[in-house]
Amino acid sequence: MVKKRAERVMAIQNLSKEFKSGLIRPQITVAVKEVSFEIRAGTILSLVGESGSGKTTIGKLILKLLKPTSGNILYRNKDIATFKSKQDKTEYYRKVQGIFQDPFASFNPLYRIDRVFDLIFKGFNPEEKNRQEKIKQALKSVNLNPERILGKFPHQLSGGQLQRLLIARALLLEVDILVADELISMLDASTRIGVLNLLVELCKKNGMSVLFITHDLNLGYYISDYTLIMYQGRLVERGQTKKIYQNPVHPYTRMLFESVPDIGRRWNREEDFLPEQIVDDVNKFYEKHQGKGLIEVDEEHSVLFSCD
Amino acid sequence: MATGAFWKKHENLYFALTNPKVIIGLSLFLLMILLAILGPMLTPYQYDDFAGAGYQPPSREHFFGTTIMGKDVFTRVALGLRSTILVGFIAGTVATLIGCIIGFLAGYYGGKFIDELLMMGTNIFLVIPSLALLIILSAYLQYRGIVVMSLIVAITAWPWTARAVRSQTLSIKNQEYVNLSRISALNLFRILKEDIAANMFSYVFMVYILQFSGTILAAVGLEFIGLGPTEGISLGLVIKNAFDWNAIQLGLWWWAILPGLVLTTLVVALYFINTGLDQVFNPRLREL
Repeated sequence: MVKKRAERVMAIQNLSKEFKSGLIRPQITVAVKEVSFEIRAGTILSLVGESGSGKTTIGKLILKLLKPTSGNILYRNKDIATFKSKQDKTEYYRKVQGIFQDPFASFNPLYRIDRVFDLIFKGFNPEEKNRQEKIKQALKSVNLNPERILGKFPHQLSGGQLQRLLIARALLLEVDILVADELISMLDASTRIGVLNLLVELCKKNGMSVLFITHDLNLGYYISDYTLIMYQGRLVERGQTKKIYQNPVHPYTRMLFESVPDIGRRWNREEDFLPEQIVDDVNKFYEKHQGKGLIEVDEEHSVLFSCD
Repeated sequence: MATGAFWKKHENLYFALTNPKVIIGLSLFLLMILLAILGPMLTPYQYDDFAGAGYQPPSREHFFGTTIMGKDVFTRVALGLRSTILVGFIAGTVATLIGCIIGFLAGYYGGKFIDELLMMGTNIFLVIPSLALLIILSAYLQYRGIVVMSLIVAITAWPWTARAVRSQTLSIKNQEYVNLSRISALNLFRILKEDIAANMFSYVFMVYILQFSGTILAAVGLEFIGLGPTEGISLGLVIKNAFDWNAIQLGLWWWAILPGLVLTTLVVALYFINTGLDQVFNPRLREL
């Protein structure tokens, strides 16, 4: 089944980000290395990888919270690095929004939680009359009771509630792209599926795209159209979710699939499973395929065979 | 209705004025201020006047007794308190200002060259034994008034503030809520004001109170070893005077103890305000 390709909303081209620490002998940490992908309207991408693989950094680069060391991010064919004026930035953030990983840190502890809603109305929609109405509606759609939530301080709410508040905040804006970093990490199982379905629904209805940053493969499979697998700052495999899940090529991707516990299968003491070996495996894989680089193994399914 | 709206808007003030620690601290502090302002008017004597017989214990005539020479201790303490509070005010303000400016700049440009430079300077000041520096400075300056005295104390008091403010700035500027404000298209000024300064304010305010009491103690310490103001009066000089005349050994406890008590009350009052305000500014410490 070949779907008609939707309009390209964002393109990430050869994006790299290095962090320097120390002045005299700087230590360079490469967080993201030569990453390229596209975001098409109305699709859900999941960006999967282990901790420290650079997933969050990509999200922050897209949200213009960090400056790339090299490479470009194009939003509707305009380089986002050129959005410098207040007006350009406001327009950009009106259409590109994010939800951060840590809900506890996402709220200024000195203000009541209503502030996050006030800010987006003030920033993007100052003429809106039905503020309260809209806020209540957004809160209800993420299963929160407005009467109980509004007017509270962040420390009075749980992580899950704060996370849902951030989701509600994003829902109030009709965005093109939502960068959702570990979106449902703090939600209980029963709310999880509701929030996910809500997101999918919005994607299909409004043409919103979601970049879903996660380390949960099951979740990625459930929700996303495309999958990007990251390993040590590089994109090692990307393509249609189904193709990757049915035919993982890169050793790291294979290892990831092997390490997912299934419901109904218990841990086996005799089975050897050593995730540590992956470093060697990947190096061998790269050596074997030296000089090949990123290759499209199938339509909309590319694998990084070597990185030279 | 009107008052309700006022308290709703100035919530912190409400919590401050209902916090028992703040109430105790503030009333003690006000009492000390009143003593400094009105005290000298309650007695007909001047600082150096011979007010009556010597060796007089506290009485209705001499609230804090008299010295060996027959000077009124109460007058001396009240006048000394004035200049001591003034020293605390000037030195505390200067030290906090220097510390905040250097600390904020270093934190804002964290990791860059300017940060390293400022912190190197701060560290140098931090490892200089402050008492030795103070003694040399004080001995070198022929004339020392209250203001010079305050500046001398302030010079060694600011480094820890700079370090503390720097780390506060570093940690706050990387908070996720600052990022959230940025992607909410909030302008830089309001981010600085509402997300960074507002979260720093309580901290800086408490630093100020600590500096206030710290510089007072440092100044009194200097005065006590004979490096106080060359002319004039201060609480430290009163205590030093009593010490020089062996007041305790001669049984004139009021001469030495009462000024010390006043000084202690002042510092304790500031300490109470400090810990009380901690609860006020930090909503997490409030009782719900």
